[in-house]
Amino acid sequence: MIEVSEVRKAFNQGRHNEYWALKGISLAIEAKKVTALCGPSGSGKTTLLTIIGCLARPTSGRVRLKERDISGLPERFLTGIRRSTFGFVFQQFNLIKGLSALDNVMLPAYPLGGDWRALRARAGSLLNSLGLGHRLEARVEWLSGGEQQRVAIARALVNDPEVLIADEPTANLDTALSKEFLAILETLAGQGKTVLLTSHDSLVIESSVVNRVIEMRDGQIVGVR
Amino acid sequence: MKTWIEKQKALIDFTLASLARRKIKNLGLLLVYTLIVFLLASVMLFTHALSKEAGKVLENSPEVIVQRLVAGRHDLIPPDYLERIGRIRGVQKIEGRLWGYYYDGVLKANYTFMVPQPDALMAVESGKIAIGATMARMRGLVPGNTISFRSYSGKLFSFEVSSVLPNKSELVSADLVLLSEADFRAFFDYPPDHYTDIVLSVANPLEVRNIATKLSTLLPDSRPILREEVLRTYESIFNWREGIVLVLLSGAILAFAIFAWEKASGLSAEEKREIGILKAIGWETGDVIKMKFWEGALVSLAAFLLGYIAAYLHVFRFSSLLFEPVLKGWAVLYPRFELTPEVDGFQVATLFLFTVFPYAVATIVPIWRAAITDPDAVMRG
Ligand SMILES: Nc1ncnc2c1ncn2[C@@H]1O[C@H](COP(=O)(O)OP(=O)(O)OP(=O)(O)O)[C@@H](O)[C@H]1O
Ligand SMILES: [Mg+2]
Repeated sequence: MIEVSEVRKAFNQGRHNEYWALKGISLAIEAKKVTALCGPSGSGKTTLLTIIGCLARPTSGRVRLKERDISGLPERFLTGIRRSTFGFVFQQFNLIKGLSALDNVMLPAYPLGGDWRALRARAGSLLNSLGLGHRLEARVEWLSGGEQQRVAIARALVNDPEVLIADEPTANLDTALSKEFLAILETLAGQGKTVLLTSHDSLVIESSVVNRVIEMRDGQIVGVR
Repeated sequence: MKTWIEKQKALIDFTLASLARRKIKNLGLLLVYTLIVFLLASVMLFTHALSKEAGKVLENSPEVIVQRLVAGRHDLIPPDYLERIGRIRGVQKIEGRLWGYYYDGVLKANYTFMVPQPDALMAVESGKIAIGATMARMRGLVPGNTISFRSYSGKLFSFEVSSVLPNKSELVSADLVLLSEADFRAFFDYPPDHYTDIVLSVANPLEVRNIATKLSTLLPDSRPILREEVLRTYESIFNWREGIVLVLLSGAILAFAIFAWEKASGLSAEEKREIGILKAIGWETGDVIKMKFWEGALVSLAAFLLGYIAAYLHVFRFSSLLFEPVLKGWAVLYPRFELTPEVDGFQVATLFLFTVFPYAVATIVPIWRAAITDPDAVMRG
């Protein structure tokens, strides 16, 4: 589904603090599977996620999405692809404070201009399926960490993307909540979503939900399980 | 088209929710903004209505006034002038007028003493006067009261107030004292058969200029004052063009003030973070800017409406209360007049353009800078 070949990424290129975060990454991510990136801090996991998720462009190398080369597209197109293909769950959840859970979930669909009532119903049923049916109107800052993450997951799913991208999804959760997250992941995988996540957490990496683990170090892939 | 509308609706919906989240900042902004629109609109409505009012007053004034100049100064009209001017062809009606100024030490104000024209409704008997409403109010006079004035020759004259002039035209009658011809001549020691000036009406309005030329030839020391010229002078005083200069100027100041204010308050880190989030979850730079545009547009529209309505009420319902101190400089007897509501579409449009537009632009600029940053920053908390 996604093919990455010889991707390199430099920060501050050409300046004295030039830093190569990715030094030639090649990998293929299969559709409808759960893939996890693991490795020590600073190994380039988040950087790779941003490139695959069309949040950033590689310095060199190619990214192909369903046989289409997307690494050279201008930002406008990347935004379109990002919106239709990817859903993001950020480590800090990145919900918008002051808005209700429901409003937060609806946000990614606003630029599409679909029917507002239908969107509201869809957002409501997503939150419902994640066990948040009773907190629809609650402002997100009043929710617990686990609840916030579920709002973030619902937001990532609202445009019905094929790929879900999650950066360190369990970093802010205790064991019980992490297990709940894995249960949600299992359901999503069952529904045929492609999932790409990064994690340090052995609970995630060793979980049976994860089909493939890619190990990184110093901007390179050092192992695949 | 339908998607476009749905999209704008969604954006406005989100904008309203997001405005509500920063209540204090946005309410403060709305308040400052409303106040500025209010002040500008008040000035505009006021000067516009005032110039209209002045025009209406002049509409009823004589077509030609003839003064006599001696050494370049206004002097009395000698007896034979009336008859000589009356012989000019095209002059329909000719009347000598009697009026003068009197300084009242009590109010420290100048009154205009005037003998009403014979055909005016306001005939005043000898020994009586009719006075303007403002003066009546300030001196506490009602019809039936007696008031004394010491004339310039030192003699004391007493008059009975027969009536107070109607309030309607207070702008002109505020300092007016009407009295009979005999009283006027006695009070000011006016020589018999002399007049202050002469008013003419002309059979054919197109002839006014011709007659003025004939007048100057016949009586070289006379100065004809034409109503159309006075009207034109008035217009150029209140002229809308000057209004535009004022608005342009204040518009620029306003835009600058708000822009500076916005800059000073800047985009908070929270706002920047939100823009990053919106971009990361699939909003285009254009969508973010549109949303912020709606934010600016909603605030400035609301401020415009509130400010304009408040200004309308201020000028036409509350007699321009705030301008009283300024206007008081014009005349000691400050008239309390109600202006006829006058709203000029062009004026409204100009004010709108110079208040709403700069603000909408000013809000977008910093957003635009934040919105073109890379979305991947969001990934790193
Ligand atoms: N915008 C940037 N400018 C300069 N250097 C950066 C930037 N973003 C990331 N880096 C550097 O790139 C390297 C890889 O960062 P990245 O966030 O991808 O690591 P990571 O594997 O996700 O680490 P962690 O497990 O701590 O999240 C790090 O050394 C980081 O300091
Ligand atoms: Mg990371």
